[in-house]
Amino acid sequence: MTSPATDAPEPTLARYNFAYLDEQTKRMIRRAILKGIAIPGYQVPFASREMPMPYGWGTGGVQVTAAIIGPDDVLKVIDQGADDTTNAVSIRAFFARTAGVATTTATPEATIIQTRHRIPETKLREGQVLVYQVPIPEPLRFLEPRETETRKMHALEEYGLMHVKLYEDIARNGRIATTYAYPVKVEGRYVMDPSPTPKFDNPKMHRSEALQLFGAGREKRIYAIPPHTDVVSLDFEDHPFEIQSFDQPCALCGGEGVYLDEVVLDDRGGRMFVCSDTHHCESRRAEGHRGALLGDEASADAASATVKEEM
Amino acid sequence: MYVAVKGGEAAITNAHRLLAARRRGDTDVPGLTLAQIAGQLSLAVDRVMGEGSLYDPELAALAVKQARGDLIEAVFLLRAYRTTLPRFGHSEPVDTCAMVVERRISAVYKDLPGGQLLGPTFDYTHRLLDPTLAGDEPVEAPATATAGSEKVTRVSDILGDEGLIEEDAMLDASRPVADITRTPMEFPMERDARLQTLARGDEGFLLALAYSTQRGYARSHPFAGEIRIGEVDVEVTIPELGFAVVIGRIRLTECQMVNQFKGSAKAPPQFTRGYGLVFGQAERKAMAMSLCDRALRASELGEDIVAPAQDEEFVLSHCDNVQSTGFVEHLKLPHYVDFQAELDLVRRMRAEHFKAAASTDDAATDDTQEAAE
Repeated sequence: MTSPATDAPEPTLARYNFAYLDEQTKRMIRRAILKGIAIPGYQVPFASREMPMPYGWGTGGVQVTAAIIGPDDVLKVIDQGADDTTNAVSIRAFFARTAGVATTTATPEATIIQTRHRIPETKLREGQVLVYQVPIPEPLRFLEPRETETRKMHALEEYGLMHVKLYEDIARNGRIATTYAYPVKVEGRYVMDPSPTPKFDNPKMHRSEALQLFGAGREKRIYAIPPHTDVVSLDFEDHPFEIQSFDQPCALCGGEGVYLDEVVLDDRGGRMFVCSDTHHCESRRAEGHRGALLGDEASADAASATVKEEM
Repeated sequence: MYVAVKGGEAAITNAHRLLAARRRGDTDVPGLTLAQIAGQLSLAVDRVMGEGSLYDPELAALAVKQARGDLIEAVFLLRAYRTTLPRFGHSEPVDTCAMVVERRISAVYKDLPGGQLLGPTFDYTHRLLDPTLAGDEPVEAPATATAGSEKVTRVSDILGDEGLIEEDAMLDASRPVADITRTPMEFPMERDARLQTLARGDEGFLLALAYSTQRGYARSHPFAGEIRIGEVDVEVTIPELGFAVVIGRIRLTECQMVNQFKGSAKAPPQFTRGYGLVFGQAERKAMAMSLCDRALRASELGEDIVAPAQDEEFVLSHCDNVQSTGFVEHLKLPHYVDFQAELDLVRRMRAEHFKAAASTDDAATDDTQEAAE
């Protein structure tokens, strides 16, 4: 993950460094990342830069990725679990262009995976880094809008407000009505926002072998979960945390125990449920698994997932 | 069907191709030159420089052109370029007293040293559309006069002589100058960082907040002490030389708002000040900024914080239009994974709701029957 200071040979008016950011900025971001790793779940303020994509569109994740990526890395970018959603395509193309790195859609082949709203279904392994794009890093934000207050609450480990909120959910609705961005406690200390992933993905964070980094560009915060760290979703003894379950398997690959997207087929109430993780779905189909609605044109080719574009 | 969501790459390329064509517009009409934009839409260019926090009329004109006249988009383009530039250091404080003024007005004195100078202003124009501008009619050469030798004293200095107004705020000189582009925002914020944030804050947002203070939400009894527009030298101390050298000139708009103040436990009764300083000719922005600056000094002056304009976290966290537009517009991005989670929850809760409603309906029907019986 080292990146030598090389100028991209762009013959244009403006010249940009390897992976866009200048080396001073990368150093500043790496320091914030190291601090985040040293204090799991703690939100480290950092001097977030303007990026050439808008705030709220992944600038935090992009800055973290830019700070850690090296020429030998293989990058995967997903949004909603899919490699082919427009913003994932855009961010992948950004790094292919500014860093000239290899990109992939295959989860096991990636060394860095930047994600928005999902954790891949394939179990991550040691040496991989999962970079999350975070819109609102503060789990207490919607209970207390003031930064000065929430920082104090974290410092004093004063999380009563969060438990009251979850309790009120149960009192009103009979269940905790948080379905995504479900708060977790990291290594028994900091309450953390896992970014707006569905709570289905929360257990995957627990003692993951991969390093998990979180970047919030607009809010100027970085936080981290080192490998093998305890990540526990908040709950009550009589209302234990539970994840979403689906009544049917993926209509394309027949996969079960995975997160599914609902696809509207027609205006007569027709629906199908398919894997949100497109690579997972494609590789299962390549292995011969077939779902109920899979047509014959299954031309998805998971084998040629990694490409290195010419600069 | 499911395949339909694929092909993001081709869609993006084609969308951008269409955008480029739409930006250019009718090719039978000559394209705009940067000199035309910088020269004839100069207030748009000034706004983009100010909120983009980069003083470069040519690049700002390019940004306006590339953004199809969307000024917030142009600000964003300029910011994203600015952030890649190395920082060599910081200038000496500019001396606005030595400004070569093109406009200078004060609402608190009838006349004052240096005089009232209207300059190029929309004030007192009648807002009647001028059909002659549809063509390219020649305009009269402006009337000019030689500058007087009289020093254009700042109004705050005139009032300051009597101790009627608070003195210029001084920060510890040994303390490094704040730089909001290099350090994360932390609250409470020092005034230098706060003024930097306001200086590149959105004109519309600050204008609305400033207006709210006039309508009673943190009323500060303001007087436009002075507004001046003109050019100043920018000096930088070069470490190897050991003295300051002029590296260029920039046009600035400065506004000093004079506000009535009854005094508090912390300060005697005297006039207080709000300060606005913006790149280029941006009078509305400088005035709004100075009202917001004054409102944000509430805790420093021991005033009750009762209105949005006084709330530092509220104002400073939301005044940046590049941040605001990014986050508001990110709602366009796919959110179907989260929406799926919510769909599932709402379906379950509705099922329970109707089940519960059905059982109470049954009970209610029974009751009526009983009453009837």
